[in-house]
Amino acid sequence: METAISAEGLRKRYGDHQALDGIDLEVPAGTILGVLGPNGAGKTTTVRILATLLDPDEGRATVAGYDLATQAKLIRANVGLTGQYAAVDERLTGRENLQLIGTLLRLGRKGARARADELLEKFSLVDAADRMAKTYSGGMRRRLDLAASLVAAPPVLFLDEPTTGLDLTSRLALWEMIKEQVDAGVTVLLTTQYLEEADQLADRIAVIDKGVVIADGTPDELKREVGGERLEVSVASLADLTAATRVLADVSPQEPVVDRDSRTVSVPLAGGVNTIAAAATGLERLGIEPQDFAVRRSSLDDVFLALTGQRGADEDPAGPTGPAQQDDQAAQAEQQKEMQAA
Amino acid sequence: MTEVLSDSFALAGRQMRHIRRMPEQLLGITVMPVAFVLVFGYLFGSAMQVPGQGGYKEYIMAGIFAQVMLANLTTTAIGVVEDLNNGLVDRFRALPISRSSVLLGRTTADLVLVGWTSAIMAVVGYLIGWRAHNGVLQTLAGFGLLLLMGFAMSWLGALVGLSLRSPEAVSALSGVVMMPLAFLSNAFVPPEGLPGWMRVVVEWNPVSAVVSAARDLFGNERGASSGAFPSEHPVIAALVVLLALLAVVVPLAGRAYQRAAARR
Ligand SMILES: Nc1ncnc2c1ncn2[C@@H]1O[C@H](COP(=O)(O)OP(=O)(O)OP(=O)(O)O)[C@@H](O)[C@H]1O
Ligand SMILES: [Mg+2]
Repeated sequence: METAISAEGLRKRYGDHQALDGIDLEVPAGTILGVLGPNGAGKTTTVRILATLLDPDEGRATVAGYDLATQAKLIRANVGLTGQYAAVDERLTGRENLQLIGTLLRLGRKGARARADELLEKFSLVDAADRMAKTYSGGMRRRLDLAASLVAAPPVLFLDEPTTGLDLTSRLALWEMIKEQVDAGVTVLLTTQYLEEADQLADRIAVIDKGVVIADGTPDELKREVGGERLEVSVASLADLTAATRVLADVSPQEPVVDRDSRTVSVPLAGGVNTIAAAATGLERLGIEPQDFAVRRSSLDDVFLALTGQRGADEDPAGPTGPAQQDDQAAQAEQQKEMQAA
Repeated sequence: MTEVLSDSFALAGRQMRHIRRMPEQLLGITVMPVAFVLVFGYLFGSAMQVPGQGGYKEYIMAGIFAQVMLANLTTTAIGVVEDLNNGLVDRFRALPISRSSVLLGRTTADLVLVGWTSAIMAVVGYLIGWRAHNGVLQTLAGFGLLLLMGFAMSWLGALVGLSLRSPEAVSALSGVVMMPLAFLSNAFVPPEGLPGWMRVVVEWNPVSAVVSAARDLFGNERGASSGAFPSEHPVIAALVVLLALLAVVVPLAGRAYQRAAARR
């Protein structure tokens, strides 16, 4: 298959901090690569380099078939970028924002207007099209931002944490829009801290930490690599937990993982049904009544934990609150993030 | 080249829309200079001793114009910092457009605004008695020179904004740098009465050269030349200083823009 994005040994240093320490990536045309990593892993730096906004200290890359070092302008003509923070002109309306980009892309006055209308429609912004972007909610801003990066209908799309700070509804809507792009043949490189997002959207995932790719593969491959299915037992007391841990240690070649807070212990399910049976027997013999006894497919969360030693970001920050309120919260969260950054 | 111009035009249009959306902003930038004209012309006018027959009203106008041009540095710097911090600079830099057009668009739009302000000030000045005495062409040349100063300050402001990247830092710096530039010049006070060393500073301050040149072109009295070159040949001195400043600052600002990265 044709390669749309390929990077080799990208390095970038800020002062005495090595932000990227040799990043290799390969994205076949028409697929989504999810780049997963904790704060400060180097996701944004990678995206900014590939979108020609930042020069790498070392390394090579081609994007949409063009060389990063020598054909930057051609790359710019063929990629769309949605940065980590929505980049819209707040004092223009949504429509004007899109028209301005269209004009700069030389679509002509009519062409720019038509393209803006088309995108406003597609991103459900028609009603708000003639309001200043300042009045938009976080989700609307994000959609406008994504629309702005699609004005040129670029074959390659970079999305840097496109759904951070959005409520569930907005996030799902944005996922749909991203999937539509891929169905139309666009290649997407998407960074995220949400494991579920990578799992849902990405064909392949690259996990990066401290500026290097520490694992890559399909979501399934990654999950399998980290242990496939696990047997998980929850008990009522800490005394039972110790006993249950001993039982599971006996039935598995690997060390059980113990979480004292939830009084849960788990092991990789290496021996299939036999392991389950042995564990059940062992628990029964000691008279332990488990509160929960289940086989669980390992999630990307486990992958992340196993690879980086830390948990991914929590899903769905805003639980049962109403959508409008959530949008507000999201906007606030984004603002706070920006204020901290400034 | 035509691409650069049409892109700059589109980008300048963006700022004009901002103004149209919030006309009070326009009012904001015009009120201060007009107040300056009135305060200096009326209130201080009678108390100040200046050379020539025209009185302080005639003397001060070129000074206030120059002060407005100087302040254009802050306007552009703040605008650039805003674009940088809300991600628009990244958005534009990721487009296949000439990278010089973004800064050119901004400095052009700011120049239009400063031109508008000058026009209002000129009208108010005329109403309170300021006159230009050398005919249309020289008067226009005087405004041209002042606007060239505004343009140069704008590019310097772009460089400052791209380097400092925070509105607070821009305000702090412009306070520290611009006050002495304006007040240690002949913009508001004739240098004759100043103590020796201060007089030298004032005479060689580039702002003084522009102000003297504008006074000459407008036909407004500025007193006897001291013999220092900028005071003998203010138009030449002003042109040289402003063109040299542009020649240095435009490429530097362009480079800073290429590398621009918001601090986050
Ligand atoms: N302009 C800069 N100057 C100095 N250090 C920087 C700069 N930009 C990024 N860094 C550092 O480089 C590292 C990688 O940053 P990057 O923004 O790529 O991380 P990230 O994976 O996008 O993180 P996040 O999830 O927080 O967005 C971080 O340690 C960051 O502090
Ligand atoms: Mg980031």
